Amino acid sequence: MASAKELRKQIGSIKNTQKITSAMEMVAASKMRKAQERMARGRPYSDYIRSVIGHVANASPEYRHSFMMERDVKRVGYIVVTTDKGLCGGLNVNLLKAVVADLKKLSEQEIEYELCLIGNKGAQFFRSYGGTVTAASSHLSEEPKISDLIGSIKVMLDAFESGGIDKIFLANNVFVNTMTQSPTIRQLVPLDPSKEEGIDGHRWDYIYEPDARQLIEGLVTRFLEAQVYQAVVENVACEQAAKMIAMKSATDNAGDLIDELELVMNNARQAAITQELSEIVSGAAAV
Amino acid sequence: MASTVLCSIVSAEEEIFSGQVEMVVATGTIGELGILPGHTPLLTGVRPGPVRLILEGGHEETFYASGGYLEVQPTSITILADTALRAEDLDEAAAIEAQKKAEQDLADQNSDIDFARIAADLNEQAAILRTIRRTNVGKKLSKERSNDL
Repeated sequence: MASAKELRKQIGSIKNTQKITSAMEMVAASKMRKAQERMARGRPYSDYIRSVIGHVANASPEYRHSFMMERDVKRVGYIVVTTDKGLCGGLNVNLLKAVVADLKKLSEQEIEYELCLIGNKGAQFFRSYGGTVTAASSHLSEEPKISDLIGSIKVMLDAFESGGIDKIFLANNVFVNTMTQSPTIRQLVPLDPSKEEGIDGHRWDYIYEPDARQLIEGLVTRFLEAQVYQAVVENVACEQAAKMIAMKSATDNAGDLIDELELVMNNARQAAITQELSEIVSGAAAV
Repeated sequence: MASTVLCSIVSAEEEIFSGQVEMVVATGTIGELGILPGHTPLLTGVRPGPVRLILEGGHEETFYASGGYLEVQPTSITILADTALRAEDLDEAAAIEAQKKAEQDLADQNSDIDFARIAADLNEQAAILRTIRRTNVGKKLSKERSNDL
């Protein structure tokens, strides 16, 4: 049995760790509130633009933009949004698992893929996993700016327009609530009309002012930016929530560990005292 | 009762208005347009300028949109603005200041400036001022009208 002194040392070090994790939990909680607000503010725009894009995809315009046409898929692009820092439980792992499962399916169908990685953790993972990384941006801070993302998005869009890739997916964590973040992979382009409800039954088209091509191009670019931006903002909220939960459970675990060790230590101390007493008593008896 | 249509104005930061309106007057890429309920589907760009909403009962509200897109569906109108503000929140003094500065920058031939950016800036400030003045005129008119009654 370890001596009481050793145990006391161990308890001390666990207590220090517990202090750190509980501080991190509180920091994450306050950051999460801000991140959640930011996410909530951005949501209407991304929802509305998605429904507008859904209408556009459902229309039967005289001009079909390349964003609206399905092509034979030879190469697809993935925009993967992960966090920059770790210590946030299974958040990144779950997302990357889902992405890798998708990539494996693609390899079976002999479809190539390209990756656009936002966030440090994804970059680290794919450095060891392999795969073509065409664009990457990380260290976006807790208040991501849309201007930081435009470069990466443009690389992917240009590749799509030039025919380099035939589909673009967006993989990110969706914030359900503080306890739940679900990894989601969505198709961005070509626009997917089937999912959006629209006015079906008859053919209709917009009046475009001034020019269909220009408008749709601008709108789709804006759509992608909004979607990716929202994904990044949502990811920050997810990160903080997951971090808070992870740190909370770490704090709780440290508490349990301390309780257990204290019990063992008290036993050891009691045993030492008993032993000393019996030694004294037997010593006195011998005299 | 006059027929109405659901109109939403959203900017990248927030949803600024959503509700039933009788008419929407906005500044499209190729000119001002007024949209009534039951309009045929329309997609157009929005230039910096005022967006006026005639609410149910004739009450009027003015917003400022700095550009973006306008989508019309028979049952809904959506304005996706880059930034949008309520007209009351616009700061006239700041806009005049910014306009003057932009004009100065334009006049200053020597300085190494991004001409297109400043021109766009100037345009935007002018649009903000236009919005403010229109709201003020609107307020005055409705005041006079209520005085007459």
